[in-house]
Amino acid sequence: MSKLTSETIMEKSLFIIALFSCLVILLIISFIFIEAFPAIQEYGIAQFLFGNIWAPNEGQFGVFAMIIGSLYVTFIALLMSVPLSLSCAIFMAEVASSKVRKFLKPVIQTLSGIPSVVFGFFGLILLVPFIRSQFGGTGFGILTAAIILSIMILPTIISVSYDSLRAVPQDYKEASLGLGATNWQTIRRVVFPSALPGIITSIILGMGRAVGETLAVLMVIGNVAKIPASILSPARTLTSNIALEMNYAIGIHYNALFATAVVLFIVIISLLIIANHIQRKYSMDIGGGTL
Amino acid sequence: MKKNHRIAVIVIATVLIIMSGILLFSGFGSSERIDIVGSTSVQPVAEKLVEEYKITHPNANINVQGGGSSVGIKSVHEGSAEIGTSSKELDDNEKEGLKEYELGQDGIVLAVNRNNDVSDLTSTQLKDIFSGKITNWKEVGGNDGKIHVIVREEGSGTLDAFKSIVMGNTKIKSDAIVQSSTEAVKQSVKQDENAIGFVSFAHMSDDVKSLSIEGVAPSTESIADGSYELKRPFLFLVKGEPSGDLKDFIDWINSTEADNVLKGEKIIKSK
Repeated sequence: MSKLTSETIMEKSLFIIALFSCLVILLIISFIFIEAFPAIQEYGIAQFLFGNIWAPNEGQFGVFAMIIGSLYVTFIALLMSVPLSLSCAIFMAEVASSKVRKFLKPVIQTLSGIPSVVFGFFGLILLVPFIRSQFGGTGFGILTAAIILSIMILPTIISVSYDSLRAVPQDYKEASLGLGATNWQTIRRVVFPSALPGIITSIILGMGRAVGETLAVLMVIGNVAKIPASILSPARTLTSNIALEMNYAIGIHYNALFATAVVLFIVIISLLIIANHIQRKYSMDIGGGTL
Repeated sequence: MKKNHRIAVIVIATVLIIMSGILLFSGFGSSERIDIVGSTSVQPVAEKLVEEYKITHPNANINVQGGGSSVGIKSVHEGSAEIGTSSKELDDNEKEGLKEYELGQDGIVLAVNRNNDVSDLTSTQLKDIFSGKITNWKEVGGNDGKIHVIVREEGSGTLDAFKSIVMGNTKIKSDAIVQSSTEAVKQSVKQDENAIGFVSFAHMSDDVKSLSIEGVAPSTESIADGSYELKRPFLFLVKGEPSGDLKDFIDWINSTEADNVLKGEKIIKSK
């Protein structure tokens, strides 16, 4: 076989495999939409999105409480996680000695390797009783789930924002220091603003992970399909709703769970589009090219 | 060169198609296919039975699926499943044309924390607790503490059984904590002095305390003789007289091997 022929075969087979993975994604998406359609058609999109009652046995499929639940938990988790992880990323990128950095990086990477069921179990056994003894109530709720989630998204935010902080050109820093700025002034006025698009991306990626997380949240949030009255009340997220009821659902209930997945899908896709947009827009403004 | 491209693409496509064809069709054996559909509580037991059955009958082609008791009854009536399973008694209407094979009985146990002073409830008290009428342990003779009700997710066989045996037409209160498995219910009860949840007798363990209902404690004996009220049958339903491979399987269910499987799953034979 000539060299050219084998090259062609290689090229074509890679092309087919690439095509295959695209096809799989398209199939999954169209499957979700097709399965969701009967529920939306029968129940009505407005009623589905803004209905307050989820009672499959009585034919009520309102996911509004779960949309609120998902957003509420995600927001609180970000509120706790962002300051923590950004300080950690800045410390690692700009302050820490290379020895400390070599220790911290693998530790944080390990954190991202812990399976979510372990986080959930940890939450159920330790955090739920702790929240109950400190704040009263059942211990299951938004706050508990948000704490678990904030730990789970730490590594995502830290590593992506760390990379973008490290990618700030050395020239910028040297220029700033050369003008007599202190190390902290340099970080605050030069490095951080230059790395901002990457940092925003990292936050949005963390947000995507928080919205999509299922099992750990399911175990500690209490899964009550009602709009939460306070930060300590139990709630239900879009993902946990699907995971809870998928095993048994039939008929329109089954379709309604797929419709829940469509809502989730739209939320996550819009987050990704925003992330891409921010990254593209700001990297051009700076002109560094690498950001 | 163009011709080479096309040949390469065709060769790879053919290989892929053949491979997926082999994967798809290799699963089809020669035996009649038997579908077991229904109660999600019976499902794990049925899976164990089929597993054991396949040791002596390697060619058997039996599939076990969930769906819930009502789905089981419906599918066997419609003929979309050979065996329907149910974890609730059938009414006369549902029974028509079906043959019932009872695997045994399963109890539903009310689990509370080991430090809870309450050890006995009446059926009415139980109903009031889960509907939200009684909200403090004080009202049923325990310590002062708000009752934390834990239930299972919509569609779970245990929840279905609990609803039909205990609640009747009354609704479970809407702010009850929902846990997705027996194990999660037990863990939640274990770490909360004021929690109450229900689990199947087969999955009961010592780390939580079981409550007596109307003065009868759940045990193998009290469930078998019917004095413990919260119990349900595990049923296999077949339309008409079973024949062929289906008959072999149904007959096997009364064998010693099947009995051992049922015992292992803590299914109680009624007396």
